[in-house]
Amino acid sequence: MNTSLIILFILVLGLIGYVTGRTRSLSISGGKLSALHSRPVYYGSYVAIWAVIPSLIVLFVWLIAAPIYIDSLIRSSFPDSVLSQGSATTELTLGTTRSMAGGILLLSAEELEAAKSGTGNLREILASKGVPLASEAQPFMIEAAESFNALSATSRLLMTIVVFAIGVLGAFFAVRRIGLRFRARNQVERVILAGLILASSIAILTTVGIVGSMLSETTRFFQSVPAYSFFFGTVWDPRFAAAGAAATAGQFGLIPLLAGTLYIALVAMLFAVPVGLFAAIYMAEYASPVVRGTAKPLLEILAGIPTIVYGFFALVTVGPFLRDISTELNGLVTGNYVNFIQAQSVLTAGLVMGIMLIPFVSSLSDDIITQVPRAMRDGSLGLGATRSETIKRVILPAALPGIVGALLLTASRAVGETMIVVLAAGVAARLQLNPFEPMTTVTVKIVNQLTGDLEFTSPQTLVAFALGITLFVITLFLNIYALYIVRKYREQYE
Amino acid sequence: MNMMSEAAVEKALDKKMNDVSFKMIGKDVSVYYGAKRALFDVNLNVRQNTVTALIGPSGCGKSTFLRCLNRMNDTIDSCRVTGKITLDDGDIYDPSIDVVELRARVGMVFQKPNPFPKSIYENVAYGPRIHGLARNKAEMDQIVETSLQRAGLWNEAKDRLQEPGTGLSGGQQQRLCIARAVAVSPEVILMDEPCSALDPIATAKVEELIHELRANFTIVIVTHSMQQAARVSQRTAMFHLGNLVEENDTDKMFTNPDDQRTQDYIMGRFG
Repeated sequence: MNTSLIILFILVLGLIGYVTGRTRSLSISGGKLSALHSRPVYYGSYVAIWAVIPSLIVLFVWLIAAPIYIDSLIRSSFPDSVLSQGSATTELTLGTTRSMAGGILLLSAEELEAAKSGTGNLREILASKGVPLASEAQPFMIEAAESFNALSATSRLLMTIVVFAIGVLGAFFAVRRIGLRFRARNQVERVILAGLILASSIAILTTVGIVGSMLSETTRFFQSVPAYSFFFGTVWDPRFAAAGAAATAGQFGLIPLLAGTLYIALVAMLFAVPVGLFAAIYMAEYASPVVRGTAKPLLEILAGIPTIVYGFFALVTVGPFLRDISTELNGLVTGNYVNFIQAQSVLTAGLVMGIMLIPFVSSLSDDIITQVPRAMRDGSLGLGATRSETIKRVILPAALPGIVGALLLTASRAVGETMIVVLAAGVAARLQLNPFEPMTTVTVKIVNQLTGDLEFTSPQTLVAFALGITLFVITLFLNIYALYIVRKYREQYE
Repeated sequence: MNMMSEAAVEKALDKKMNDVSFKMIGKDVSVYYGAKRALFDVNLNVRQNTVTALIGPSGCGKSTFLRCLNRMNDTIDSCRVTGKITLDDGDIYDPSIDVVELRARVGMVFQKPNPFPKSIYENVAYGPRIHGLARNKAEMDQIVETSLQRAGLWNEAKDRLQEPGTGLSGGQQQRLCIARAVAVSPEVILMDEPCSALDPIATAKVEELIHELRANFTIVIVTHSMQQAARVSQRTAMFHLGNLVEENDTDKMFTNPDDQRTQDYIMGRFG
């Protein structure tokens, strides 16, 4: 029986269990609901949980464990001539056998007979059925494939029986436990709690998994490139990972990329912070409810624009505009009509990224400013301070730690931003200070190193993981610091 | 100061009060919050160098009236005030009046102590700074010291002027807020239930302070405590459902009120 059908049947079993449990609890209570410890719904759910969850757990464990066990059986059945060639050959043979096993099921009895007797070429027959094989089929492989099929079928049958048995047993166990004083609600709630914990741990475990995989790839990178030449190298010249020429040593200096990243983020923040902050002050303190009601959502729409759209806005509009205006300016001043701002430049990328960041700054700051207690405003206004004096001397100082936290969160977004810089910042890894020239960022280089046809063994590709984890650490610390500051600020009014 | 002279001062003040010079005059004051009317044609005058207590059950409009006196209601968007309120014969709702200047003359102390998250010194210096009352550091120091002394906080705070005002106890914070209001040298101080968040000991200190402040300021205080009104005020006004029920000398009010509703409220029969 196939897996989704099994799951469906288990769910039906759960439904039956629910109805049974509920009915049974009602009949036990003898129509007097208050005699029951929990409401009938909980008894029903209790039975359903016992019917569904243990059997599903067994099902998933089986689905994961059985193939591993079968593979090891098949592997050990291979002749020594294969096993002696090392694990790579063994795995390859195993893979071929597995696809052969899938293919054999499509053959008629005669074709199979022909293949076995050696009169027909199995590889060609299978190819004609749309199942490609990596290598010629050898007799022992056909045998292995057949035993693979047999084992899989047995395993599946056993699994179906066991899973259903557990489901039914679970349901029976649960129904038997139902009684007047049985605490079904507490049990059900414990299962729900476990579900909630599971959900939150999935997110955390995923993070741990991502970090772990990045770390392991990074370690591999540092085996071929020394850490100090990565972290302190000032030249980024990875070369190409030409096939078979893994020895081609490039230079993987992080400094120019990091400089570009921070420079562009700085330009973006220089633009976004004042604009966003002033917008927030206007929204929180001056705007009438009507204006606030319309302008705030509009500003927040800006946050919903995909960054790739900002990217080509930069590429198609802002970049050429800056280039042309610099040409005109240069011409007017010196008479020499040559642009001094490149279309792809730190300024272009920073400016557009700044626009992207405005809603983050304004929205976060607005929340923080409105959180300042009304009593502060009243106290200041009651002393005859004007609105702007109140904002400057009372509200902003009180909100400052929170605003700084918000800005740090925004900065970590700026550092991690990818699409805008890919399109607008350029790809030349240069260490320089002119904002009108292109620079490149860590994220751009990750994209560059990972696009195309790759093998994940050369330092040219592995460096992406080292870059990724560096970026991750930077943003992580920015976020932690920001949260620390925001939390410290909260304590002031509680 | 011995007992005799203190009594003499009291007497002099009472005499001044009996001269009946009105510091603020409210005529037909009505307040609307959106479509809801909160005050109905209130006519209430505030006498010079007098503590006037506003009493009445919750929601009767006494705080609303208080907030009209320095136009704090302006900060509420839906609020509308009609009628006329004068301060020394000047209409405070006149368009030519600068609300900032008005609030410098009519200070306010709020229900919950609301010191700014700054040092004690900066809290008191806040008002003088924005109004430019001190020309140099020495003058500012002087203003801060005088104000804290007037608020009875100097002895407790003089060694910790640079510590945050939020670190004081509730009663000290409220006295800091009074010092902050006094530092601007207002003519009138409005107090909106200044003791409702304080314990009895702190309350006693603030009440004593109110009593002393009367010599230099005109005070209007909203309170829920009958005893407090009786203790600190010379004139009492009773509000009910947005109307001014009665306004009279405090002594008379608590012994022989003109209006049955005042009698009932003071006796605790409603409210």
